[in-house]
Amino acid sequence: MGERLLTRNWGTPERHALKSYLAAGGYQSLKKARGMEPAAIVDEVKRSGLRGMGGAGFATGVKWGFVPRDNPRPRYLCVNADEGEPGTYKDRYLMERDPHMLLEGIAIACRAIGAQTAYIYIRGEFHAVADRLETAIAEARGGGYLGHNALGPGVDLDVWVHRGAGAYVCGEETALIESLEGKQGKPRLKPPFPAVVGAFAAPTIVNNVETLAQVPHILERGAAAWKALGVNGGSGTKLYGASGRVERPGLWELPMGTRLSEIVLEHAGGVRDGKRLKGVIPGGSSCPVLLPDEIDVPMTFDALMAKGSMLGTGCAAVLDEETCAVRLCLRLMRFYAHESCGQCTPCREGNHWLAKIVQRIESGRGEPGDVDLALEVAQNILGNTICPLGDACAMPARAFLQKYRAEFETHVRERRCPYGSYPIRPGGREITG
Amino acid sequence: MAPTLSPRLEQEIERLCERYPTRAAALLPTLQAAQRELGALDEAAIGMVAGALGVPAVRVQEVATWYTMFKLRPEGRHLVEICTNLSCHLCGGSELLDAVCRELGVRPGETTADGRFTVREVECLGSCGTAPVMQIDGAFVENLTLEKATAALQSAP
Ligand SMILES: Cc1cc2nc3c(=O)[nH]c(=O)nc-3n(C[C@H](O)[C@H](O)[C@H](O)COP(=O)(O)O)c2cc1C
Ligand code: FES
Repeated sequence: MGERLLTRNWGTPERHALKSYLAAGGYQSLKKARGMEPAAIVDEVKRSGLRGMGGAGFATGVKWGFVPRDNPRPRYLCVNADEGEPGTYKDRYLMERDPHMLLEGIAIACRAIGAQTAYIYIRGEFHAVADRLETAIAEARGGGYLGHNALGPGVDLDVWVHRGAGAYVCGEETALIESLEGKQGKPRLKPPFPAVVGAFAAPTIVNNVETLAQVPHILERGAAAWKALGVNGGSGTKLYGASGRVERPGLWELPMGTRLSEIVLEHAGGVRDGKRLKGVIPGGSSCPVLLPDEIDVPMTFDALMAKGSMLGTGCAAVLDEETCAVRLCLRLMRFYAHESCGQCTPCREGNHWLAKIVQRIESGRGEPGDVDLALEVAQNILGNTICPLGDACAMPARAFLQKYRAEFETHVRERRCPYGSYPIRPGGREITG
Repeated sequence: MAPTLSPRLEQEIERLCERYPTRAAALLPTLQAAQRELGALDEAAIGMVAGALGVPAVRVQEVATWYTMFKLRPEGRHLVEICTNLSCHLCGGSELLDAVCRELGVRPGETTADGRFTVREVECLGSCGTAPVMQIDGAFVENLTLEKATAALQSAP
């Protein structure tokens, strides 16, 4: 299974403690970074090909380069630890098991962009993980890795944990900033982009936990060597997951660009109980579902885009032949209807309409034109909203409606759901990485 | 006399304010601290938080009602949150929610007659590799079966 960077300390006892991190060579990259010009760090990250692991895949070094150098305001780093995309479970483990790796990445990023304050915006439900981060921050301050002179002589760094309060949309970077400022998490219109006008009207970089946790490894081995760990056009390593109807649900650090078929069929052991595969949602609920003949695809942003889906967070969910596509679609539509912030009409109304139409199809009260009606509603959401939450609802809706159209129509025709209720069936395994 | 915040909470709020360039930014952590101490964020609590941070009460109200984790009125002594989103749904999370609700004689969102449990259906908890999952008073219970859920409920004080 290739080289492990993000998960290399996961097998160590007391893996989350500073002393374990130091014993494994931790905080050496921060030392290196203190001796580097900020622009040189940005260049190194650009050369590595690191892309944002929060879902959008934006080139990290390029984003850092957008921070204006001549702005006298303070700059901020916001760490996106909201991990709310349904089906996603990676950042939690990175923070819980090796919080210092993230803190080291944060410190290096702050040196690169010239920030002296970082906020870790963590979803409110991660109570114990947030406590662990606070402990790690205190330890790192004690060791001089954060706090006074952390980024070099006279350059201090404060890192604060900011706990969310239950709202998926706060994972969207401008909603996150609004929420950090103590408001409702309603996304802002872009431009201006946060790198120019972000938190407290100051230049702000928002990065995902996994993105930042890779930064120490890029400095440790050098951009070229880090990049070479990827395959099929990917750079470095990535946490990939497979959950749902698989034999062995889990999370694995693999070369970026590993094929989805390998993840599902080999690492996760294939569909559970020898059932037939029905589809795979490759990286969280917002990513359009792929049919079994579409999963032989490298898990990169570009390759999945070419298939009409998205890499998203890289945590796949697997549907088997006993999964009702209509019922699953309904559950996701209910989620997006509930999580719309209510600002834009197409998302606020459209998501509800999708949930309503799919609900009546699922419960056997659908009308003959309902599938086309739902497709039309989805079409009217796409591209018409301030933030991508509307698209995140409409895109998977469209994929379900198109790819499992016959199944939706059977529900309408037979006036019932042909599937039975589901067994309560945990995978029963620990996440080992 | 108007209700006032405890000195402990006042101190905590001042410490929270040091983290941000504006006092208003401390609103979420302040509401969280107030909810921990007071149990629920009623009108009096909202007013006290507004006073402590120097922001209008409507603004505090707006925020407290918008996020799902703030409690505006008292609920059961234990909060049981069961995920029925993507991966949990595939592993029987919806059936589990139904079964737990049947056992406790409530519908999702309701509190048991003895005031012991409030049960909620929640969105993805970021624990999908060990689905189905629930949280009881904020602590994860993973790889959930009905037996495991029942045991967790029984061991709650
Ligand atoms: C509705 C919505 C929810 C999002 N949720 C998250 C999230 O939970 N975590 C995350 O890192 N990014 C999330 N994002 C993406 C962020 O907006 C942003 O692209 C990301 O934090 C940038 O960091 P990165 O470049 O390191 O990926 C979300 C985006 C949208 C539209
Ligand atoms: S879907 Fe239930 S924890 Fe993610």
